[in-house]
Amino acid sequence: MFRPIEPTGEKRTVALQVEGKSIVARAGDTLAIALLNAGVTPFRQTPVSGRPRAPLCLMGVCFDCLVEVDGQQNVQSCMLEVQEGMQVQLQHGARHMEGDV
Amino acid sequence: MSAHREVDTLVIGGGIVGMSVAYGLARAGERVRLLDEGDDAFRAARGNFGLVWVQGKGLGNAGYARWTMAAAQEWAVFASELADRTGVDVELSQIGGLTMCLDEAELAERAGGLAAIRQQIGGDYRFEVLDLAQLRELSPLVGPDVVGAVFCPLDGHVSPLRLLRALFQGFASLKGELVAGVHVDAIDYKDGVFHVRTPSGVHVAGKLVLAAGLGNRDLAPLVGLDAPVKPNRGQILVSERVQPFLKHPSLHVRQTGEGVVQIGDSKEDVGYDDGTTLEQLSRITARATRCFPLLKNVNIVRTWGALRVMSPDGFPIYQASTTCPGAFVVTCHSGITLAPRHAGALTQWIRGGIEPTDIHGFKAERFHV
Amino acid sequence: MTHDLIVIGAGPAGISTALTAASLGLKTVLLDEQPRAGGQIYRNVTVAPPKVTELLGPDYRYGRAMVERLERSGVDVRHAAVVWDVARDLSVTAMQAGRSFQLRAPQLIAATGAMERPSPIPGWTLPGVMNAGAAQIALKSAGSVPSGPVVLAGGGPLLLLVACQLLEAGATLEGIVETSPTGNRWRALPHLPAALGSPTALLKGLGFMRKLRSAGVPWFTGATELMVDGQEKAQALSFKAGGRAHSLKASVVLLHHGVVPNTQLTRLMRVEHDWDTAQVCWQPRVDAWGQTTLDGLRIAGDGASIGGALAAERSGVLAALGAAHAIGRLSLAERDARAQPAIKALKQQLHIRPFLDALYRPPEWINTPADDTMVCRCEEVTAGRVREMARLGCQGPNQTKFFSRCGMGPCQGRMCGATVSQILAKELGKPVAEIGAYRIRAPLKPVPMASLAALFDDNHENHPT
Repeated sequence: MFRPIEPTGEKRTVALQVEGKSIVARAGDTLAIALLNAGVTPFRQTPVSGRPRAPLCLMGVCFDCLVEVDGQQNVQSCMLEVQEGMQVQLQHGARHMEGDV
Repeated sequence: MSAHREVDTLVIGGGIVGMSVAYGLARAGERVRLLDEGDDAFRAARGNFGLVWVQGKGLGNAGYARWTMAAAQEWAVFASELADRTGVDVELSQIGGLTMCLDEAELAERAGGLAAIRQQIGGDYRFEVLDLAQLRELSPLVGPDVVGAVFCPLDGHVSPLRLLRALFQGFASLKGELVAGVHVDAIDYKDGVFHVRTPSGVHVAGKLVLAAGLGNRDLAPLVGLDAPVKPNRGQILVSERVQPFLKHPSLHVRQTGEGVVQIGDSKEDVGYDDGTTLEQLSRITARATRCFPLLKNVNIVRTWGALRVMSPDGFPIYQASTTCPGAFVVTCHSGITLAPRHAGALTQWIRGGIEPTDIHGFKAERFHV
Repeated sequence: MTHDLIVIGAGPAGISTALTAASLGLKTVLLDEQPRAGGQIYRNVTVAPPKVTELLGPDYRYGRAMVERLERSGVDVRHAAVVWDVARDLSVTAMQAGRSFQLRAPQLIAATGAMERPSPIPGWTLPGVMNAGAAQIALKSAGSVPSGPVVLAGGGPLLLLVACQLLEAGATLEGIVETSPTGNRWRALPHLPAALGSPTALLKGLGFMRKLRSAGVPWFTGATELMVDGQEKAQALSFKAGGRAHSLKASVVLLHHGVVPNTQLTRLMRVEHDWDTAQVCWQPRVDAWGQTTLDGLRIAGDGASIGGALAAERSGVLAALGAAHAIGRLSLAERDARAQPAIKALKQQLHIRPFLDALYRPPEWINTPADDTMVCRCEEVTAGRVREMARLGCQGPNQTKFFSRCGMGPCQGRMCGATVSQILAKELGKPVAEIGAYRIRAPLKPVPMASLAALFDDNHENHPT
C-alpha cells in the first residue's frame, strides 16, 4: 500500500517475520509503516464481526493497527519501531487465550 | 402545568430496580409512567457485575436467602419472556458460580457461611466445596495459588446492558411511558393522589413507587417512608475482548458474552465518589491474575467506581407508606438477581395483593432501635 | 512530590513549556509516548533524511532547532512513556517498557495536542482509508508514500498541504474532493480582513492550490454523498459534485476534516469543557495561562483550542510562566513582564483562525452521518443504532454507550465521542453543550493486567484478598 520514496541504499535494514514470511524493513520505521511498505493488508480482523482493518491514523488514537508482536497480542504497531527478528502475527479477531473452551 | 395522560402508577427511577417494577406493572395491565434522571446520574444499573447470585446471601436473614433463591429460580423464565417480547437476548448463563479462595482460612469461612445459611433456611440450599483439582475440571485455567472454591449451582450472570435495554423496550411495547432527563423537585399527597413535581411539569397518580436508588433517601420522607441508604463503592475493571475461556462467573472475575473480562470486587465507604484508586484497582488486578495467571497479558481498557445502594444492614427495604397509602419504597443492592421478583411477586404486592412472607422483615422500622 | 512540574507531550507546546520552566529553575520532567520528541508536527525532524525534510519544507525544518534545544537542555525527558492515569491530586501514572511508575508535582501541564476530526462515511473502515495526517506521518517518519492511486477528500489547510507534499514525493493523485459546503466562502468573507494580518499563511494556501492545479490534479468542490467502494480494501471513492455522480479509482483514500483538541486527559480530570461552535469541537475551559477549572492542571497548545504549531509554542511559554508563578517562583509582575512577547506573538498567530474555521467548517453530514454509517469503529455501531437508543429514552452519550456499546472499545471514544454527541444533539433537539460527552476513565490507553498487578505487589508484602 505504501512505498519508500528513496531507495533503501545505506539505510540499515531489519529482517522480521510476518505470519511466517520474511520481510525486510528499514531501521527506524514503525512496524505499521513497515507492514504497509510490505503490502500487508489487512492488519487484523475485528473481534466483533471479523471485518478487515488497517491503520487509519498512524498516531495511536484509532487502535486499528493492532497486531501480535513476539507473542504480545493487540499491540499498536504504529507505536513501536521494527527490531531485528521481530515475529509478527496478524490479529485474527479477539485475543486468544491458551486453553480456549 | 403540562397536560399528561392519566396513569395508575408513577415509578421514580429508571435503573434495573425501577424498570423491573415498571415493566411488571405494565405487564399486569397498569398504565405506568416512569421518571428518570439524565445522562450523568450515578446509576448503579450501569456499574455492576451482572451477577445472578445466591451463594453467601442472607447469612442471618433466612427471609433474604429464600427471597434470593426464589428470584434465581425465576430467572430463566424471565429471560425467555424478555427475549420473546423484545427480541433482546439478555445472555443469561446460569450454570453455577464460583468463589475462588486463595487460602484455606478464606475457603473455610465461606463454606461455613453457606452451611449456616443452609441450616437457617431449613435444608434446601445446594453448594459444594471444591479443591483445586475439582475446580480445574470446571475452569481449566485456574492458577496454582487458588486453594479451592465454593460452587453454587443456582448462580449465574447476565448482561446488565442488555437487561436494562430489554426492560426499556419491553416497557415501551407495553405502552409504558418514559419521561427521561427529569429530576423530582417535590412530592405532594392530596386527597389520596400523588403530585410529583419536576421542572417540566407535574405528574399525578394514585400509586407511587420510589425506586431511585440513592435518591430514595431524600424522596422517601416526602411520602411518610424512610430509606436510610448510603453509597458503598465498588471498583471494577474491564478488558478488551478475549475469545471465550471462562464459563463460570465469580465475584471477582467474569467473562461476558462479548468476551470482555470484568474483574472486581471492593467495598469502600467514600460517600458520593464514583472515582477509582490505584490502590484498589491494583489489588483487584493482582487477585485476578493470581486466580487466572493467563490474564497477565490481557489489556485493561477501562475502570470505574460504582455506588451500591446500601441500607444499614445490607438487606432490601420494601415498604408501603401508612401516612400516604399508595406510596412504596423499593431499594436493594442486588437489583439484577432480584429482577424477576421485582417484576413479579413484588409488583403483585404493589398492585394491592398480599405481601410476600419473605419480605416481611424488610421494613425500615428495623433500623429504628 | 517528585518534581515542581510535570509536562505531558513533547510537541511544540510541550517542548516550549519544558524549556521555559527549566530556564526558570523549575525541576521539570517531560513525558512523551513517542520514541523521539517533536509531537506529530515535528515528528522525526532530527533524523529524517534530507530528501524528506526538503520536501516537507521550512515549516517542518523549523522544528529541528526546538527539538535539538530540548536535547541539549538537560530537561528530564522520558520517551516512550504512556501516561495512563492522572489522579485528582495530579499524580501521574505512566508506563514505560511494560512497567508503570508514578510521579507527582504541584503543577501539571498537558500538551497532548490535537487529533484529526474523524470522518465517518460509508466504507471508511476499509483498509486503505486513512487520515490525511497519517500520510504525512508516513512521509515524516519513514519517507513513505502511498504506492497506488490516491484520492484526498475533505477540507482544511492540511488536506491541501498533504496533497502537495505527496505530489512532490511522486505519489499518484487521482483527485482532490473538497467537501466544504459552498456557503462557507460567504461565511468566511467577514473574517478575511483579520486573516490578512497573517499574509504568509494565506499566500501559502494559495500556493498549494496553484501547485495542484498546474499539476492537473482533478479537483471537485462542494462534494456530497461520499462513499468508499471496495470489499476487502478501498478501491474507489464515489461522490456527487457539480450535480453529477463521480467515482475515482483509489487504493488509498485520505480523509481530512480539520483537527480537534484531544480531550481524553481533560475529560479524565473532569474539568469544564465548552462546545466551540466555530471550531465545532470540545475545548477544555482555560484562562490566559492555560489553567483549567482544576487547580494546578494547565493545558498548552492545540489541546486547548486549535491554533497551530507556532501558537502552541507561545501557549507553552504562557503555561510555564503561569505554573512558575503559581508555585511562587515568579512574582505576578515578573510573570506578566516575561509573558508580553508570547502574548503578542500568540495573538498574531491567531488572526487567521476565524477565517480558516469558517472557510473549512465541516459539512453537517460528517458530524451527523447517515444511519447506516459506522460511527464506533471499535464496537462497530452505526449512527442509526445510536439514534434508535435515543428514541428508546437515552438522554446522552453515556446512556447510548451503555445500551449500544458505542464507545466501549479500546479507543475509549476518541473516534466516536464527538460524533455521538452531535448526533444526539440533533436527535434530541438540544445544544451539544447540554448533551455532554463520554465519561472518560483510566486507563487513558489500554494497559496489561500484569502492569497494574505489579503496582500492588510493589506496595504490599501480603497477598491480596
